Amino acid sequence: MATGRTGWMKKIINDLKKSIDKNRPPNTINIMEVCGTHTMAISRSGLRQLLPDELNLISGPGCPVCVTSNRDIDHIIGIIRDYPVTLFTFGDMIRVPGTDSSLQLEKSRGKDVRICYSPMDAFDYAKKNPDREVVFIAIGFETTAPLTAVLIKRAYGEDLKNFHIFNTHKLVPPALELLLLDKEINIDAFLCPGHVSAIIGSIPYQFIADKYNIPCVISGFEPVDILESLDMILGQYNKGRASVQIQYDRVVKPEGNPTAAALIEEVFEPADSFWRGIGNLPLTGLKLRDRYMRFDAAVLFPVKTIDSKEPPGCKCGDVLKGILKPFECRLFARACTPENPVGPCMVSSEGSCAAYYKYERTKI
Amino acid sequence: MSKKFTDDIIQLSHGDGGLKTSKLISGLILDHIGNKILNKLEDSAVLADINSKLAFTTDSFVVNPIFFPGGDIGKLSICGTINDLATTGCIPLALSLSFIIEEGFKIKDLKKILQSIKKVTDECKISIVTGDTKVVERGSADKLFINTSGIGAIGKNISISPSNIMKGDKIIINGGIAEHGISVINSRNNFNFSSDIISDCAPLHSLVQDMLKVSKNIHCLRDATRGGIATVLIELAKISNCRIDIYENKIPVKKEVLGICEFLGMDPLYIANEGKMIAFVRSDEANIVLEAMKKNKYGGESCIIGEVSKKGKNNLVLNTQLGTKRILDLLYSEQLPRIC
Amino acid sequence: MCLAIPAKILKITDNKALIESFGVKKEVDISLIPDAAKNDYVIVHAGFAIQTIEKEEALATHGYWKDWLDEENNQ
Repeated sequence: MATGRTGWMKKIINDLKKSIDKNRPPNTINIMEVCGTHTMAISRSGLRQLLPDELNLISGPGCPVCVTSNRDIDHIIGIIRDYPVTLFTFGDMIRVPGTDSSLQLEKSRGKDVRICYSPMDAFDYAKKNPDREVVFIAIGFETTAPLTAVLIKRAYGEDLKNFHIFNTHKLVPPALELLLLDKEINIDAFLCPGHVSAIIGSIPYQFIADKYNIPCVISGFEPVDILESLDMILGQYNKGRASVQIQYDRVVKPEGNPTAAALIEEVFEPADSFWRGIGNLPLTGLKLRDRYMRFDAAVLFPVKTIDSKEPPGCKCGDVLKGILKPFECRLFARACTPENPVGPCMVSSEGSCAAYYKYERTKI
Repeated sequence: MSKKFTDDIIQLSHGDGGLKTSKLISGLILDHIGNKILNKLEDSAVLADINSKLAFTTDSFVVNPIFFPGGDIGKLSICGTINDLATTGCIPLALSLSFIIEEGFKIKDLKKILQSIKKVTDECKISIVTGDTKVVERGSADKLFINTSGIGAIGKNISISPSNIMKGDKIIINGGIAEHGISVINSRNNFNFSSDIISDCAPLHSLVQDMLKVSKNIHCLRDATRGGIATVLIELAKISNCRIDIYENKIPVKKEVLGICEFLGMDPLYIANEGKMIAFVRSDEANIVLEAMKKNKYGGESCIIGEVSKKGKNNLVLNTQLGTKRILDLLYSEQLPRIC
Repeated sequence: MCLAIPAKILKITDNKALIESFGVKKEVDISLIPDAAKNDYVIVHAGFAIQTIEKEEALATHGYWKDWLDEENNQ
């Protein structure tokens, strides 16, 4: 009954491992895994154990929970404290620390905080309970933004008065462009996010190859996918000719999902966005267009200005930029643990620090 | 002849010790689970001479929802205590059963739960010899809480404990993991996943007796409940100061359980079971024990999932299907559905 | 950001589809893939289908889903 992978997969993995070994570069190269789900997959599968030392995988800022600003979390907490709302959130957000509390803490204090699998759960609840003000925390990159767009458009069409979103959606390609301008960062290749790319396609990354000559491979999430993507990266790197390749072609088309992209465009417009630990990055976020502004919970439910503070000593920003490895942060595994997280990289299930702590901190 | 019970909901007066309490107990509870000892309704049950070491355990059950695919809080409470007893290798002798019922609880639901309890106690040939019922105000309890305690007689030559664990022991489990947790998570949260997964809630003492019949070298037994098999094995590794290795491709997981875990981003190794026994068996007897388990109603899919590889280093190591290894740690909080 | 799983469409009703993955059925929203049809394979993220899967590719070159797709075909 054990649903194990069959022998054919072992062969593919061995072949890929051999190819990566054979094509390893003479010096260490830094490959940024943009997407937090890749960080999790790599750590969970112990993939690093199969790779030569010359491949240095660094975690990027593609963990939406990790990059949601302290101020936003404080605002959400302020909303549920000051207004009688029902808050729906993905499970990822529940333990993220704001300045003095978290959603989980507020839930245990009696606030109506509910975990959902889909934003549709929040929408359906709002329809069934017209007397309840419902707020859904709309978090995520281009993978999740279309879902929010569908529901906002539907709410508009049905004149649903009690459904709102707290919007923290962010965009990947413009953030990558700004990262590349940061002199502290030293990235030799990108492992690009598979499901973001299912929506936006491969063209938005083209500037990375053309302007910076940095190889990009859009990768799936299985260990086989990631290994194959790394092999493809080495193929480009060794030839000295960068391009954007799609490894995950069973899902990602070069044109992405135009319906989804058009919906994002219809409901949202680019806006400046504050990335926790990194700072304000221009035009890397989404905001609701004027037509849909009435669904914006941040506008509808203002709270007193909060003096949002980052915890002292927290190096999540440097970890998110790939400058620091989790264990290079002074607080890692000492003051900052999954049980008592200081910053979001330790709380989020796909935060680099959480992944390292859970899967890689002890030598076997 | 029992007094007929005709109320349709539980009221506070059912718990005040007066006439209504008496009607509830004699007219409803004893009607379903009564027996020679319980029917005496004495303050303490008096049991016959027991000339052996005794195992004694207690557990409280607060599961939500109280009815879930494959069982209910009643079945859970009996199986849970029987399984705790079973880990000592004892013959379960008697159980106690206490209810804390929220005012307004439907009698038809209480009947279903009592029937469920009766079904399991009949199967296990064990009696509930003493009990208690309290009723609390609406809002002071979540529908129904149950406490069960149990005692069992441990045979002379039986001594099952983590202190027996030794290098080389094989680790056996009696079937697929995470089924209880997934069926409860699915029904509690209205995630609306349709699948055939039902709770694996089951009484395992007969399985253990079958194992003891063929081997005197069953070193340790644990039922893997809250926190899943990973939590149990991590704790045992610590207690016995051993390194335990388990193999991802040997751990039985039903396809549908994996499916829901994939949807929600959860790890089945840490999800609750209610009918799974983990056994540490001396390596040369592992196969005979395995064969005996497979013949039992609750062990048809038993398999060896790992071994104790070293003494002196306390870790649980997962050997992945990729051929890599990673250490499994205790989780700091309950797993929650995620999108990332 | 990227948790999504492959699934097969069993039935479509307006903008909803009953999908099945690993033996688990669920209703999801298919507004984002308006050309989807019964028996198509899709990728599902947080209750929405976000893209169709190229089945031939999946079987031919990316063996990971081979077992699963083979099983789906045999049912």
